[in-house]
Amino acid sequence: MYPRAFHYHRAGSLQEAVTMLSQLGDDAKLLAGGQSLIPLMKLRFANPAHLVDLNFVSGTSYIKEENGSLLFGPLTRHAEIENSALAAKIPILHDCAAGIADVQVRNRGTIGGSLAEADPSGDWAVVLMTLSTDVRCLGRNGQRTVALNSFIKDAYTTELAHDELVSEVTVKMPPKGSGGAYLAFKRAAPVYPTASAAVQLTMEGDTCKDAAIALGCVGLTAIKATDAEAALRGKAVTEKSVAAAVEAARTVADPQPDMRGSADYKRTLVGALVKRAIAAAVRRARGEQVEVNHLYA
Amino acid sequence: MPETIEKVSIQLKVNGKSHSVSVEPRTLLVELLREHLDLTGTHVGCDTTYCGACTVLMNGAAVKSCTMFAVQADGAEITTVEGLEKDGQLHPIQRAFGDAYGLQCGYCTPGFMLSAMQLLAHNQQPSDHDIRKAIAGNTCRCTGYQNIFKAIQLAAQNMKGAR
Ligand SMILES: Cc1cc2nc3c(=O)[nH]c(=O)nc-3n(C[C@H](O)[C@H](O)[C@H](O)COP(=O)(O)OP(=O)(O)OC[C@H]3O[C@@H](n4cnc5c(N)ncnc54)[C@H](O)[C@@H]3O)c2cc1C
Ligand code: FES
Ligand code: FES
Repeated sequence: MYPRAFHYHRAGSLQEAVTMLSQLGDDAKLLAGGQSLIPLMKLRFANPAHLVDLNFVSGTSYIKEENGSLLFGPLTRHAEIENSALAAKIPILHDCAAGIADVQVRNRGTIGGSLAEADPSGDWAVVLMTLSTDVRCLGRNGQRTVALNSFIKDAYTTELAHDELVSEVTVKMPPKGSGGAYLAFKRAAPVYPTASAAVQLTMEGDTCKDAAIALGCVGLTAIKATDAEAALRGKAVTEKSVAAAVEAARTVADPQPDMRGSADYKRTLVGALVKRAIAAAVRRARGEQVEVNHLYA
Repeated sequence: MPETIEKVSIQLKVNGKSHSVSVEPRTLLVELLREHLDLTGTHVGCDTTYCGACTVLMNGAAVKSCTMFAVQADGAEITTVEGLEKDGQLHPIQRAFGDAYGLQCGYCTPGFMLSAMQLLAHNQQPSDHDIRKAIAGNTCRCTGYQNIFKAIQLAAQNMKGAR
């Protein structure tokens, strides 16, 4: 399948990419890993007249620790995060990176491209929503910092202006006693999940001091399950409080029926995933090494 | 629809050999390999980033060549299935696929072998889980996967012996 013909522009810096976008106008698009954009172009669902390639800009792929935060370059590939000991300091980040699609897609796809694409089934937004995440955006007037919760507006819609790009993603290190886990249910590796759940807890003994829970693929964007969080926050993590959190998660889920399953099926799935993710998060918060793998149909 | 599209000159190494070519920006990497360089060992199965039949290595990393533009491989080293054998000798991974009956029609096989290449380059003793993860992006309609799995285990053993 051939995409429609387009003009190719290779940016030498992120700032140059911004300039190119503003000069070329609405018909121009950025190319990062291409793992969302190229399939869309081949199907001619996306027909940009100009592509601005970010892949040759040096210094845009990195993972650093600075002032209690992890910093990710916009072109950091999923595979680099999967294999990074630094990123594994926040185990839920490793769960996310290692579970996206397959080796080949992870070798190309980027964290910046994923957030900019804002696919309702994308994994990064779900996971990063349970952490304190900021998106640095570079535009003609310089940098601005947008909290992830305000960055994603709707399905496939972000806060970015046409001539603005994601220049960095920063994630605050969770406090001591924290642990998280991300679990998705998938039909095969190279497809998006049917449903997913991210749980990030801070524990003090058996009591949950703080909880963040986000649900994926059951709404137009990742859903922050605030009632489910409240069911755990300040309470002992017991069968009863977990059941209340699961019920609250099922209630807030707003799944659409599609080829991946009926709405009821997805609601049931997401409840089960929240329950398992809480169990893994509690153990990790206690310092246990727990391997978390997505579930396959 | 743009009027005239400038071609882009790129240089890349494929299986150790340098090439300078001029391509339309929309040319996919797999198309460059198959149609321009006559390397037809890389197959197109789904053409929708699912099946992995088009897998090649770019600077050692497995990629789906139906989902990259050729211009993005400028300056890169590409390895295709044609680059696996050396001096008329099959690569241990190729031999293992034969010895373990890891193929039937063979359509998916180049892709599986290149995914196995990336795995075994970094991991000399892959666990069952490592192997399953490494080939999760490759589809086979014939074998039922068990013999592909055994072929990669066999290749790992043989390559360890050879090191
Ligand atoms: C077979 C397959 C299975 C997949 N499965 C999953 C999955 O299970 N989970 C998952 O999360 N994802 C999945 N993906 C998507 C994959 O993670 C993509 O890599 C990702 O969504 C987009 O990142 P990219 O770097 O490839 O972006 P591209 O495809 O290059 O770009 C995507 C969009 O973002 C824009 N963009 C890119 N970079 C920036 C930037 N820095 N600033 C502003 N805009 C930018 C582009 O203009 C484009 O509109 C899958 C993809 C494939 C092909
Ligand atoms: S042909 Fe490229 S993934 Fe199927
Ligand atoms: S051997 Fe026929 S598709 Fe795999």
